[in-house]
Amino acid sequence: MKAKDIAELLDEPACEHNNKSKSGCAKPKPGSAAGGCAFDGAQIALLPIADVAHIVHGPIACAGSSWDNRGTRSSGSTLFRIGMTTDLTEQDIVMGRGEKRLYHSIKQAVEDYNPPAVFVYNTCVPALIGDDIDAVCKATSEKFGVPVVPVDCAGFYGTKNLGNRIAGDAMFKHVVGTRDPEPVAEFAQRDNIKIHDVNLIGEYNIAGEFWYVLPLLDELGLRVLCTLSGDARFHEVQTMHKAEVNMMVCSKAMLNVARKLQDNYGTPWFEGSFYGITDTSEALRGFAKLINDDDLTARTEALIEREEKRIREALNAWRPRLQGKRVLLYTGGVKSWSVISALQDLGMKVVATGTKKSTEEDKARIRELMGDDTLMIDDGNPKELIRIVTDYKADILIAGGRNMYTALKARIPFLDINQEREFGYAGYDGMLELVRQLTLTIESPVWNTAKSKAPWESKAPWETNTEKMVSTTILTDTVGVTESDKSGYKLSDAPNFNATLGA
Amino acid sequence: MTELLKRRKALSVSPLKASQTVGASLAFLGFSRSMPIMHGSQGCTAFAKVFFVRHFREPIPLQTTAMDQVSSVMGADDNIVEALKNICEKSSPTILGLVTTGLAETQGADIHGAVKQFRAKYPQFENNHVVAVNTPDFSGSFESGFATALKGIIETLVPTTFDEQNPENNRVGLRKKQVNVLCHANLTPGDLEYVVDSIESFGLRAMLIPDLSGSLDGHLPDENFNPLTTGGLTVDDLKTAGESVATLVLGESIKPAALSLKKKTGVPNYYFPHLMTLEAVDQWLYTLSQISNCEVAPKWQRHRKQLQDAMLDTHFMIGSTRVAMAGDGDLLVGFDALITSMGASMVAAVIPANSKTLGKLSIEQIQIGDMEDLEILAKEQRAELLIGNSHASENAERLHVPLVRAGFPQYDLVGGFQRCWVGYRGIQQALFDIANMKLAHHQDIQPYHSIYSQKAEAQALYQNVGERGPNIWGGH
Repeated sequence: MKAKDIAELLDEPACEHNNKSKSGCAKPKPGSAAGGCAFDGAQIALLPIADVAHIVHGPIACAGSSWDNRGTRSSGSTLFRIGMTTDLTEQDIVMGRGEKRLYHSIKQAVEDYNPPAVFVYNTCVPALIGDDIDAVCKATSEKFGVPVVPVDCAGFYGTKNLGNRIAGDAMFKHVVGTRDPEPVAEFAQRDNIKIHDVNLIGEYNIAGEFWYVLPLLDELGLRVLCTLSGDARFHEVQTMHKAEVNMMVCSKAMLNVARKLQDNYGTPWFEGSFYGITDTSEALRGFAKLINDDDLTARTEALIEREEKRIREALNAWRPRLQGKRVLLYTGGVKSWSVISALQDLGMKVVATGTKKSTEEDKARIRELMGDDTLMIDDGNPKELIRIVTDYKADILIAGGRNMYTALKARIPFLDINQEREFGYAGYDGMLELVRQLTLTIESPVWNTAKSKAPWESKAPWETNTEKMVSTTILTDTVGVTESDKSGYKLSDAPNFNATLGA
Repeated sequence: MTELLKRRKALSVSPLKASQTVGASLAFLGFSRSMPIMHGSQGCTAFAKVFFVRHFREPIPLQTTAMDQVSSVMGADDNIVEALKNICEKSSPTILGLVTTGLAETQGADIHGAVKQFRAKYPQFENNHVVAVNTPDFSGSFESGFATALKGIIETLVPTTFDEQNPENNRVGLRKKQVNVLCHANLTPGDLEYVVDSIESFGLRAMLIPDLSGSLDGHLPDENFNPLTTGGLTVDDLKTAGESVATLVLGESIKPAALSLKKKTGVPNYYFPHLMTLEAVDQWLYTLSQISNCEVAPKWQRHRKQLQDAMLDTHFMIGSTRVAMAGDGDLLVGFDALITSMGASMVAAVIPANSKTLGKLSIEQIQIGDMEDLEILAKEQRAELLIGNSHASENAERLHVPLVRAGFPQYDLVGGFQRCWVGYRGIQQALFDIANMKLAHHQDIQPYHSIYSQKAEAQALYQNVGERGPNIWGGH
């Protein structure tokens, strides 16, 4: 990828970061960088497209340490769970055999797995030695009759965030608009309900959590042409240009897709989240508002009222256990405010939140939700996080899996909110899972055990040998139990066999 | 206080209970050159032998008085005398453990009288010790049978050296480094090995009574064949129990035996219901350090920190898990403490028989019953994990929950008989295994297929829906 192309991707007019000094697309700082590279970002953004053969072109470290490492779920095809890489060797690199190896790799993937499309992810080494993956993709696409999409995302191009955009750009450039949606099936039609087509961009179906939301969209008559990219299929991505509305679900990552869909096809978009009751309702309203169909608006409001009532009743039992608990939220981008709303719905207090990847707009929302005195953490190194937990008397740290063991070593209750998690928290029903997991860790007895000193540490036994043995361990009488006799059958119900014999 | 619910039904379905006779035999198997003899019909012994062979995967010495129709009616005391004589002649065991079956007790056998007859008639076998205990299978269970035999062994073989009137005869502490350890029936050879290791790390010598870690640990002996136990506690050692500095008692069920030993010898008892939580192991090591005046070895302190870390790592999977368990009282007490220490809860518990020695439990009601009761209760209580012996595997399968195999018998798990559950390390491994079972049984969110979906999978699913016209709408 040329420097000019990278600069173009970094210049995202729809993103507030563009004009601010503190930018989510800032250059990584040598010696104190955390987070993934452009390849990581691109692969994470597209891997959930379930039926595609995802080939990582590079030596083993890129795919080897990252394949099958995402919590996304598919309702059908599982091809994306199979890791594919060209696994370049020294010979390949020295002799310039990378392109040939890639050609045969694509051939093998197509012949063995018959995918509807192949995505080829470029990485640092082939980018550096100048493999022309565009040319290989074009040639194999024509030769094997399957779309082969180049995703030029060498790690050194930039951060994970840039990688997300590269991924989005590749979809827009090579896939979106190559096919029209199928007509809605006859049986799915209902009287007086007009079906509207929508897309969700940046929804990854972590742990299958989008399935908490999708039935509601069905009920409202919103056909999801494509979720980019949770539980998506290649031929769904192809039809994204026909949607009436796009929702940007998670962060600014693929904002360029929404913006370009608006520029080229005039599709309006809005930003929202499915974390928390309030935000889920707002997201549903967001569709109705942009579609501007009075009937849809009325049905949406009715559905929200019904669902909110139901879930608030279900949450009532849990609320006293979480009410007033103090949370340190450390997570990136949009989640910094979207999760706050979910926690506040439960009566919890967010004492500080991470804003490293947040935009100015995200921060404004945080202030709106939490007030001006909220601590915003830009530099969340582990030591600092632990200090804040202690200083702000937080009951729990909510963060990505990477920080989990930092928290555990400091004996701080922890909830994993990022992509590797096993539990889905989206939508109204996701709140129930969220409270279950929150109470599980906050109320766990293991924290006290982990803080406990061994008895010999508090009082060295060899210093107290004059003392007679502790009486608690001396044998005492057995602990009593009461007995209850609830016989389920009566002896008198059975015939008297002796009498029978006698007679 | 825990309420014990008695059997409510006439029929026992998929029994949990193993007999007292079998439990008593196990106690004798923990002695060197020992031969348990069941006073009953030969089938009693054959079944028990299979029970142990499948569990331990070892040859098990076990004999029978082989009561037949005539002796069952006319009296079988002669069978005892003859069996004792034959076994002494053939393999000369140091201990012959004479345990009774339901048949013998119903018939009215006088085992102690029979042993006297044997002594009078065959004085040449005076060095072959005989311990006779009454353990009919119509009362108690495996655990109580083991405890009863242990009490009988102590009362028969340990010399009385304690006399309140003449304390100068007291021999307590003559062996400054020796501690007695009384072990309940469900401690595995692996558990016992930890017990010995931890005691020895304080410079003490552990005398396990009985010592299944020496006899049923699954070692390959030098000689090809031995009709008796190989390894285990010797009678000569047992006779010195009164000279130990302390007796460590592991388990509630063997308290009567522990009280007997204390009465005979004056050696103080230290009581531990289980070693299955960090606190319990802390207390165990602390007590040992007090008895020995030695520091706790760095190894144990490192293991303790590892366990603390493992508890944090695994609480995400184990915390709030609803557990149902079937097993003997002492095993139940240990596992109950283990899982509640992790924030999980015992939602159903079944024990095989009424027990006067049931320890403290977190659960309010315990059912005396069988595996059918376990399954029904586990279902009612929406249990997510079962703990029980191999017989519970069918129940677990029907309930679609994982099974932690513990207790007797474990015939479908190689090595289960010697797994170590106690001590920091044993607990840590138990937590890892339970957490892994939970992960493997993790219930994902059910995929939802949109009715409008363009996905081939969804369209295949809905292709006939139009004709059937079911209600596919309407949220919740």
